[in-house]
Amino acid sequence: MNAISGAYDWLSTGANWQGEKGVWHRLAEHLYFSGVALGVACLIALPLALWLGHIGKGGALAINVSNVGRAVPTLAVLVLLTLTPLGRHGDIPTLIALVLFAVPPLLTNAYVGMREVDRSVVEAARGMGMSGGQVFARVELPLAYPLVMTGLRSAAVQVIATATLAAMAGEGGLGRIITAGFNLQDTPQVVAGAVLVAALALVVEGVFVAVGRVLDPMRGRA
Amino acid sequence: MSEQNCLVANDWVCGEYLRTRSQELVDATVQHVGITVASVAIGVLIAFPLALLARHRRAFAGPVLGLTTVFYSIPSLAMFSLLLPLFGLSVSLVVTGLVLYSLTILVRNILAGLQAVPDEAREAARGMGYGPVRLLWEVELPLALPALLAGVRIATVSTVALTTVGAIVDYGGLGTLILDGLDSDFKAQVLTASVLCVLLAILADLLLLGVQRWLTPWTRVSVRKSRGVRIRATADAVETRTPEKVA
Repeated sequence: MNAISGAYDWLSTGANWQGEKGVWHRLAEHLYFSGVALGVACLIALPLALWLGHIGKGGALAINVSNVGRAVPTLAVLVLLTLTPLGRHGDIPTLIALVLFAVPPLLTNAYVGMREVDRSVVEAARGMGMSGGQVFARVELPLAYPLVMTGLRSAAVQVIATATLAAMAGEGGLGRIITAGFNLQDTPQVVAGAVLVAALALVVEGVFVAVGRVLDPMRGRA
Repeated sequence: MSEQNCLVANDWVCGEYLRTRSQELVDATVQHVGITVASVAIGVLIAFPLALLARHRRAFAGPVLGLTTVFYSIPSLAMFSLLLPLFGLSVSLVVTGLVLYSLTILVRNILAGLQAVPDEAREAARGMGYGPVRLLWEVELPLALPALLAGVRIATVSTVALTTVGAIVDYGGLGTLILDGLDSDFKAQVLTASVLCVLLAILADLLLLGVQRWLTPWTRVSVRKSRGVRIRATADAVETRTPEKVA
């Protein structure tokens, strides 16, 4: 129980929140990395997945990319990229690793969402004279929306978790509070950092669930 | 001579490294496999009663699934750190964290497998005088086995990858070598340990696929029959819908 009260003391000490190594700065780094990486991953994965889903090809790629992603340890990729010449360019290795691990959930879910749209609905839309683009925008995309958002949510949670591990490879972000705590053998600081990271992950997940509901194109319809 | 120089030159690929440090690599791999096997085995032992509980009492299903989903969202480094006051710098810390992650996949898949058992099969068994235990053991469990094993495969592969994060408390198997290699800028060690880790995941996946085929021969035969395709499709669907967890 000492660790819990210690972590509470750590979190309620104003000095721990200020300055270069403070919580606010680490949180800003974390959100910056995560936001940029998620944006880039969306730009790469979503158009590709939606297009492949629309034309109905490349299913093996879209599904297997997730299975491969699961087998590759994030820590290994972060450390490998840090040791390449890219490692001299500051944040670039971390950002590449974050994008690499955000792409699979986006790609797989968006593709599966597109393919699971009822074929008879698509046929009916075509029969009504809709063009390929209209079928995509007015029929397939709205029906695939729930799974696209599921992919976006898992990618966001994934990115937050990967950005935490980046601290083990010497990068910034909230994970740094944890790794610094381990180096100092300061258990209260480790627990405080972990509470902050876990809270951030759960808040991000909650925000994406809420945004997904608000933006749902089928909201209020049967 | 060039092979000896590769250690000095800090090359990515180095035969001399494999020769001189093979014992270190074997030890790390053994630890890695041990942590993974222990975590998934304990995970199955805990997930099975939880899935049964969630099925029999509707009131338990929500909290069980909700809680395991929350565990899954917590980043691995934070999970291990939160367990530090309870376990200290020990291997039990890493195993406990990995068990909590594996529960999400295992409980969902076992529950989905049990729920997919056709009512007709259950009715027929009851009509033949099967009691609840025999019904579970001889009818429901075999029919839920493909989904269960699909869950074990996913949980194992992601546990192999997540074990590396245990390096933060020095019990990360090959992950410990990766992290040490970063600190000492030792490229051959980082690449070798990383490749071994991926190979381990692929090997575990293939091994479990073999076990799956061996234990459930009917799913293999049914590929060619239309009725069987439906059963196979449900097991695959469970697999693709499982959320990601790599960090």
